[in-house]
Amino acid sequence: MPAVKQPTMKSAPQYTEFHPRWYRPRVSVYWWMGEWHYLKFILRELSSVFVAVFVVETLMLISALRGGPEAYAHFQQSMRNPLVVVLNLVSFFFIVFHTITWFNLAPSAMPVRLGGRRLPDVLVAAPSYVAWLVISVFIGWLVLR
Amino acid sequence: MADKIVLEIARYSPEQDNEPHFESYEVPVYKEWVVLDALNHIKDTVDGSLTYRWSCRMGICGSCGMMVNGEPKLTCATFLSSYADNGKKIRVEPLRYFPVVRDLVTELSDFLVKLKKAKPWLIRKDEPPLSQGEFLQTPEQLDRYKQFSMCINCTLCYAACPVVGLDPIFVGPAALALAQRYNMDSRDQGSAERTAVLAHPDGVWGCTFVGECTRVCPKHVDPAGAIQQYKIASVIDWLKSFVMPKGQTT
Repeated sequence: MPAVKQPTMKSAPQYTEFHPRWYRPRVSVYWWMGEWHYLKFILRELSSVFVAVFVVETLMLISALRGGPEAYAHFQQSMRNPLVVVLNLVSFFFIVFHTITWFNLAPSAMPVRLGGRRLPDVLVAAPSYVAWLVISVFIGWLVLR
Repeated sequence: MADKIVLEIARYSPEQDNEPHFESYEVPVYKEWVVLDALNHIKDTVDGSLTYRWSCRMGICGSCGMMVNGEPKLTCATFLSSYADNGKKIRVEPLRYFPVVRDLVTELSDFLVKLKKAKPWLIRKDEPPLSQGEFLQTPEQLDRYKQFSMCINCTLCYAACPVVGLDPIFVGPAALALAQRYNMDSRDQGSAERTAVLAHPDGVWGCTFVGECTRVCPKHVDPAGAIQQYKIASVIDWLKSFVMPKGQTT
């Protein structure tokens, strides 16, 4: 078996007419911090963590309801903890952000065609907002009645 | 509006420099002047060694894309006057995430290889004789892909996409949108041939829907939309393959 020729490393690559020395910029770890559009994307991705927080809390609520009045009272007590209240407020902000960005992106991912023409994005997003409002009002009515 | 404005231009000479540096040039501001006019003015009257690409001056050739104050722009469509009002400087750099050949010129071979991989041309399984005439298409069929066909390969979307920067093997917005443009074309029969490149972790699944490609696109192509639409279509195809394992799904 012939010996494999090892490529030789040059400490400083030299420019030649036929092998131009390109400058290859490195992407900073903080690429998302300088621009609002990128930061908004990272916050949108991060918002899924807070969606998970609310899912876990809902599962804990159901588990507490199954456990009887004592378990439910204990759950309510733990929800009054100031740290949990702060976490829930932050989670709520992120979930609203998550919902709005999701609804606004949906029309470009799922364009709706009617009579051979694409419906305007506003019309595609509108039913999601209407459904969100109706369900929120219904849940508000259930809780406050 | 100010009479003059300072352009800070990234200069890189591979013979002398290890990395780019900025040089400042003061140029007159006329209301009809775009950044490309200012670059031409500098090259003609101040420093002939300034290197950049340009051709048509009317947003069709896609050659003059550069970073203008951190935003990917066609410099032939970016007016000096929109920056001169607030007395700011204009910083001109080569398109982000591409290797730099010299000054404002980027290396595009990688993009061209990716573009070819996406097979952005009509693929026919049968080739009817010319005597049958042209392929007919209804306005509705045209409307399904027309937006994606406006791409001029200016690569502004690559300079806007952080995934392109972080994952160099990602096929990227323009190539994926152009593949989808042909998939949506009623005359095309080649969507199965594009699947290997598109429905791949470095294809549409590499996209995290940042959406910047769509925002910066000077031709309103909406590559982000094209990519998400392909994601949905490929999932539906995948589900169909369980129902009809041996059937043609596309």
